Amino acid sequence: MDTFTALAEPTRRSILEMLAASGNLSATDIYKRFKTTPPAISQHLKVLREAKLVRVERRAQKRIYYVNPEPMQELEKWIKQFAANMEERYQALDAVLEAEKARLSKSKD
Amino acid sequence: MANKTVVTAEPSKQELFITREFDAPRELLFKAHTDPDLYIKWVGPKDMTMTIEKWECYEGGSYKFTHERGGHKYAFFGVNHEIAAPERIIGTFEFDGLPERGHVILGTTKFEDLPGGRSRIVHQSVFQSVADRDGMIQSGMESGVNDGYEKLDELLAEKLAAGKGA
Repeated sequence: MDTFTALAEPTRRSILEMLAASGNLSATDIYKRFKTTPPAISQHLKVLREAKLVRVERRAQKRIYYVNPEPMQELEKWIKQFAANMEERYQALDAVLEAEKARLSKSKD
Repeated sequence: MANKTVVTAEPSKQELFITREFDAPRELLFKAHTDPDLYIKWVGPKDMTMTIEKWECYEGGSYKFTHERGGHKYAFFGVNHEIAAPERIIGTFEFDGLPERGHVILGTTKFEDLPGGRSRIVHQSVFQSVADRDGMIQSGMESGVNDGYEKLDELLAEKLAAGKGA
């Protein structure tokens, strides 16, 4: 599942916000913060792991979750690239507008 | 003064916004979107040949244009829902290069008046799903096809440098 789809679900976004606020949380800590059943939350954690939005460290019996910022940066990168493409196109439009302005002011004389 | 393209696409939403200012009155900006002779001069990527096959610039009219390179032809088409000179264009947009039909985008482009003979475009695209939106952002389809990452990297570097200087 891609970053965007993983982020589309509100529970998963809440989990990420909690992790970002706390630095890290154990799976049990995360379960406790939701009314939903642990298996349901576990499923969301799995999606977040697969999208590489979180990473896990095992400490004894505990699984500690951290936010992994890289996919978010990836997303930002795509948007920047898209904006750069649009900018290139709009620079061509700038040239068209300049030419039109010149043509119109000429025809007034 | 540098006119900067701003793209806003929030995570998990089905829409994206593009805004940019221009050193021209909005009547002219509107004309550059509705007059096919002007439109063809700026919409297509430089390394592709653009052809306008249909251009019915009125409410309920449809349009179709193609970009061609190396024997590959991509078509973009849709229906004009509202053409309100000089302030607004609303219409659908679809790309035939996708694996299946039916991924239609609803576009609203507003042309705003600014002082000093300037104007601003505020464009909103609404997609059928978050995946559709993200797919388009990732493919760079809105501007046709990427001219290659190297060129883009340069452009990004320039933009970043310009942004820091401002």
